[in-house]
Amino acid sequence: MAATNAGGPVAARADEIWKVYGSGEAQVVALRGVSAEFGRGRFTAIMGPSGSGKSTLMHCLAGLDTVDKGTAHIGGTEISKLGDKALTRLRRDRIGFIFQQFNLLPTLSAAENIKLPLDIAGRKPDPAWWDTVIDTVGLRDRLGHRPSQLSGGQQQRVACARALIGRPDVIFADEPTGNLDSRSGAEVLSFLRDSVREHDQTIVMVTHDPVAASYADRVVFLADGAIVDELANPTPETVLDTMKRLDKHTDPVML
Amino acid sequence: MLRATLKSLLARKLRLVLSGLAVVLGVMFVSGTFVLTDTLNRTFDSLFSDVYSATDVSVSAKPKVEVSEFEGEQVAAPLPAAAIDKIKSQAGVRAAVGRIDVDGARVIGSDGKVLTSMGPPRLGANWTGVDAVMDMREGRGPEAPGEIAVNATTAELAGYRIGDSVPVLTQQPKREFTLVGIWGYSGDRDSIGGTQEVAFTTPVAQELMLGEKDVFTSVTVEAADGVSPAQLRDQLAPALGADYVVKTGDDLAEDSSASIKEGLGFFNQILLGFAGIALFVGIFIILNTFSIVVAQRTRELALLRAIGASRRQVINSVLVEAVVVGLIASVLGLAAGVGAGAGLASLFSSLGGGGLDLAPVGVPPAAIISSFLVGLVVTVVAAVMPALRASRIAPVAAMQDVATPDRPLTRISVAGTVVTAAGAAALGVGLFTDAGDADLWLIFGGVLVTFVGVALLTPLISRPVVSLLGRLFSWSVPGRLGRLNSGRNPRRTAITAAALMVGIALVTGVTVVMDSAKSSLKTEAASILKSQIMISGDQNGPRPPTFDPAVIQKTDQIPGVRAAAAMYNDLVAVGGDQEYVTATEDLAILGQAYGTTAATLRDDQIAVSGPQATDSGWQVGSTVTIQASRGEQHTYTVSSIFAENTLPGSIIMPGAAIKDFGITQPTFGFVRLDDGVPVSAVLPQVKALLADSPEVSATDQETWVNAQAAQFDQIITMIQILLGLAILIAVLGVINTLALSVLERTRELGLLRAVGLGRAQTMRMVTVEAVVISVFGALLGVAVGAGMGSAVARALEDDGISQIVLPWGRMGTYLGLAALVGVVAAVAPAIRAARLNILNAIAHD
Repeated sequence: MAATNAGGPVAARADEIWKVYGSGEAQVVALRGVSAEFGRGRFTAIMGPSGSGKSTLMHCLAGLDTVDKGTAHIGGTEISKLGDKALTRLRRDRIGFIFQQFNLLPTLSAAENIKLPLDIAGRKPDPAWWDTVIDTVGLRDRLGHRPSQLSGGQQQRVACARALIGRPDVIFADEPTGNLDSRSGAEVLSFLRDSVREHDQTIVMVTHDPVAASYADRVVFLADGAIVDELANPTPETVLDTMKRLDKHTDPVML
Repeated sequence: MLRATLKSLLARKLRLVLSGLAVVLGVMFVSGTFVLTDTLNRTFDSLFSDVYSATDVSVSAKPKVEVSEFEGEQVAAPLPAAAIDKIKSQAGVRAAVGRIDVDGARVIGSDGKVLTSMGPPRLGANWTGVDAVMDMREGRGPEAPGEIAVNATTAELAGYRIGDSVPVLTQQPKREFTLVGIWGYSGDRDSIGGTQEVAFTTPVAQELMLGEKDVFTSVTVEAADGVSPAQLRDQLAPALGADYVVKTGDDLAEDSSASIKEGLGFFNQILLGFAGIALFVGIFIILNTFSIVVAQRTRELALLRAIGASRRQVINSVLVEAVVVGLIASVLGLAAGVGAGAGLASLFSSLGGGGLDLAPVGVPPAAIISSFLVGLVVTVVAAVMPALRASRIAPVAAMQDVATPDRPLTRISVAGTVVTAAGAAALGVGLFTDAGDADLWLIFGGVLVTFVGVALLTPLISRPVVSLLGRLFSWSVPGRLGRLNSGRNPRRTAITAAALMVGIALVTGVTVVMDSAKSSLKTEAASILKSQIMISGDQNGPRPPTFDPAVIQKTDQIPGVRAAAAMYNDLVAVGGDQEYVTATEDLAILGQAYGTTAATLRDDQIAVSGPQATDSGWQVGSTVTIQASRGEQHTYTVSSIFAENTLPGSIIMPGAAIKDFGITQPTFGFVRLDDGVPVSAVLPQVKALLADSPEVSATDQETWVNAQAAQFDQIITMIQILLGLAILIAVLGVINTLALSVLERTRELGLLRAVGLGRAQTMRMVTVEAVVISVFGALLGVAVGAGMGSAVARALEDDGISQIVLPWGRMGTYLGLAALVGVVAAVAPAIRAARLNILNAIAHD
C-alpha cells in the first residue's frame, strides 16, 4: 500500500522506491517499491521491526543513500538524480538531521555545534530565531560547554537545536531517543512535537518505540521493505496494537 | 594471546605499512651504506691487484713527508739512477727498470679545456715498453723528446688521434707533443680505474714531472727464476738500507687498497651518521603510530584485560606487534638497501669517469646484521612507551564509551625542561671547552639529547603556537575545524612536528654556520685583501690547478699594475708535525699585492702568522727545521710575525724553497693596481696572458670572493641532500598521523558530511591540519636550528667566524616548504576523508 498524505502540501515524497543490497544469494531487498508522502508541518513517525527497511527509507529520502529504482523528492526537488555537490548543498540548506548518537563534534562548543550547518553555508543565524530555539531547548546556560561536559539528553537537545536553526524543509530523526532514559527522551520528543505545532516544522522520525511514535501526528508502518499500515493521531496503545497485529501477519518464520 | 595480537595486526594492514615504512627507509640507508662501501672496497682491491699484477717487487725512496689519504697526495721522493745499478747487481734480480709515475700531467683536450678527473690521478710517466697487462692499440711508444703516448681513456676524453699535436701541463708550463701511440689494457680496457696516463721519454718525464735529471719515482724489479717476490723483497730491503722502501706487488696493492679503504671508511661513517639521524626521526614516527594505535585499541585491550589477560600479556601484545613490524621492515629495508647501494656504486663509478670495473654487488654480513639489529631495536624501543601505556588501561574501559581524559602535561614538560637543559649543557661543554676527543661526542650527544628534550616540551608549546598558527586559516569553517583538530591531541601533534623539527633544525643549524662563515669571509676579504685581480682555478682533479709563473712577471709589466705576486703551496714536515706552507718569490711584493707591508725574506728566513707562532711557541729569531716534499731539510729563522690573514697562509717560505715543493708551479696570483686604475683596463690583458694556463682564470676581487663563498653553499646543498631522507621520514609521519586521525574520526567526518560539509571542504579541513602540524614542526626546527647553529658559530669565533648571520631568507624558505609538505602529506588522507561513505561512517564503531 502507499501511504498518502491526507491532502495539504508535501515536504518529502517517495515514489516506488526500490533498494537492493548485495547480489546473488546474498541479495537483500530493503525496499520494495515504497511510495509515501510526508506532509509539511507534520510530525510523521516511521515504524517497523529491525530489518523492515525503515532506516533505509529515511536515508533514501534524506539523500544519504541512493535509490535503485523510483524517485525521492524533497519539496519540489527530485533528489535521486542529484550529484554529490548538489546533495551536500541540499543536506546543508534544506534538511536537518538528528542521529541516535554521536551527533556533535567534540571539538566545538554547544553553540558552535548548533551553528555548524549555517557556518558551513556561510550564513548567520537570524537572532530572533536563535533566541527562540535556544530558549525552547533550554540550553542558554550551556552554550559554551563542550559535548563531553553535557549529559546525553542535553547533547540530544543540542542536536535538535542544530537541526532546527536553519529552518530546514524537513528534519529527519533516526531513533533520536534510542540512547536516552525515558525522562530525557520525553523532553526531546515533546520538544520536537512543539517545534512542529508552534513553528510549523516538518519532522520525519524513525523509531521502534511505540511511546516515541505516539508523539507524532501520524505513524507509517513498514515490514519487509513495504508499507503495510498507517495510523493517524496515534497513542502508545494504538501503536502497540497495530504492531502486534502486523507481527502476526508478517513474522511467519525467523530465519 | 599471541594469536589475538597477530590477528589484530593483520586486520590493520594500513597501520602496519605506514609505521613500517619509516623503519624501511632508515634500514635502507644503513644497509645501502654497507653495500656501497663493501662493493667499492672489493672494486678497489681488484683494481690495485690488477695495477700491480705485473710487478714482482718495487723499490722507492722513503717519502720526505708522509701524507695520508685525507691530507692530499703523497709526493714520492726522487730515487737516483745510481740506485738502479745497485739493485741490478743484487742476487736474485733478473731486471730492474726505473719508473716515473707522478700525478699532474694534465692534457689539454682538442676543445682547449683541461681534462678533469673526479678522483683517479692524471699520471705523467716514462715509457718503459709494453708490459704483460698493457696492449698497444695504435702506433708506438715515444722515442724522441717531442713525442708522447697516452692510454686510450686519455685519447678518447681529449679527442686526439695519432699524429695530433697535444698540449700538456706538467710541473712546467704548457708544452706541445706529437701523439705517436695509444695503448690500452688486457681485457679490452681503456684504462685501469679511469686513470689518465701520458708517457714521455724518460729524460722528458724526469724534467717535466720531477724537475730533476737522472731520478725516478720507483724501480720495478723482476725476480730471477726460482726467487719469489717476497724472498726478493726480504733480500733487497737490508741491502738497500733504510732510505728505501721495498715492497712486492701484492704489498703495494694491499697498501693502496688500505689507504682507499681508510677514506671509504670515513665516508661510510658519515653516511651512517645521517642514517642514524633518519632512524632517530623514525623512532618518533613509530612511537606516535603505536601510541595512536593503542589509543584506538583501548576498548579491545580493556576487553582482553577484563577477560583475564595480565598486564604483562598486554605489554607483550604491543611489543610482539613491534617485533613483527620491525622484522618485516628490516627485510624490506635490507632489500631496498642492496638496490640503493648498487645504484650508488654505479653512480660513483660513472662519476669517476666510468673507468672503474665495479665488483659484483654483494651483501656483506655487516649489512644484514645491522639491518636486523637497527630495524628491531628502533621499532621495539619506540613501542615500549605505548606498550606500558596500554598495560595501564583499566578493564572497565571496555564498558565505557571511551573518553580518555587528557592527561596533564606537567610531568612530560618538567622532564622536557630537564632533558633540554642537559642536552644544551653537553653541547655547551663540547663547544666551548677543550675536552679533546670527547668534544665531538659531547656535541653530537648534546644535539640529540636536546632534540629529545625539545620534543618532550613540544606538547606544552604546541597549544599556544598551534592555536596561533591555526588562526591564519580560521577565516573558513573547514580551516577552523582543521585548526581545532590539530590542537586536539597535543602529544600526537607534538611528536609528529618534532620528527620534522629534527631534520629542519639540522639543516638550519648548518645553514647558520655556513652563512656566518660566508659573511665573515666576505667582510674580512673586503677589509684586508687589497688585490683587485685574482688568478686561481677550480679544483679539477686530485692536484690543485696551477699556472705558468711567467704570467706574473708579464703582468707586472702591464701599465697600471702596482704589484703582482704568485703563491705556491706544499705540505711539509716541521719536526714531527705536518703543516701547510705557502711560498712566494718575494714576500715584499706579495705584501704589496695583498695589501700589507712585508719585508723580503732571505733564503733562510720564514714569516709566520701570530696564531701559528703562539701554537708552535715561535718568536722572531726562533729557528725552525722544515722538510719539504722533495730535497733536503733546511733550517730557517723566523724573521717576522704577521697578523692573521694579513698575508695568505700561516707559514710563508722564501722563493728558494719552491723548487723542493711537491708542485713547483703557483696555485694563486694576486694583482694590485695603481690608485685610480680601473680593473677593466688590466683584467683583459691578464686574461690574455693566461691563454696557455687554461686551468686558471683571472677574476676581479668580488667575483673571486663570491666564488669562494659559493663553496659554503655547496656544503649546505650536500647536507640538505643527506638530511633529505630524515625529512622524508618526517613527512611520512605527518601522513601517518593524518591517516590514523581520519580513521579515528570516521563518524565525525560522516556527521560533518551529513550536515552539509562538501567534499572539497572536507579535504581543506584535513589539509589545514597537516599544514598546521608541518609548519609548527618547521618553526620549531628553524628556532632550535638557529639556536644550535649560533652556538656552533660562536664557538668557532677563533677559527675565523667573526659574525653570526641568521639566514632569514632560507629559514623562510624552509617554513614555506614545510607548508607545501603539509599540503602534499594531506593529499592521500584528505581524499580518503572526502570519499567516506556517509552512511557507513555514521554507523562506524
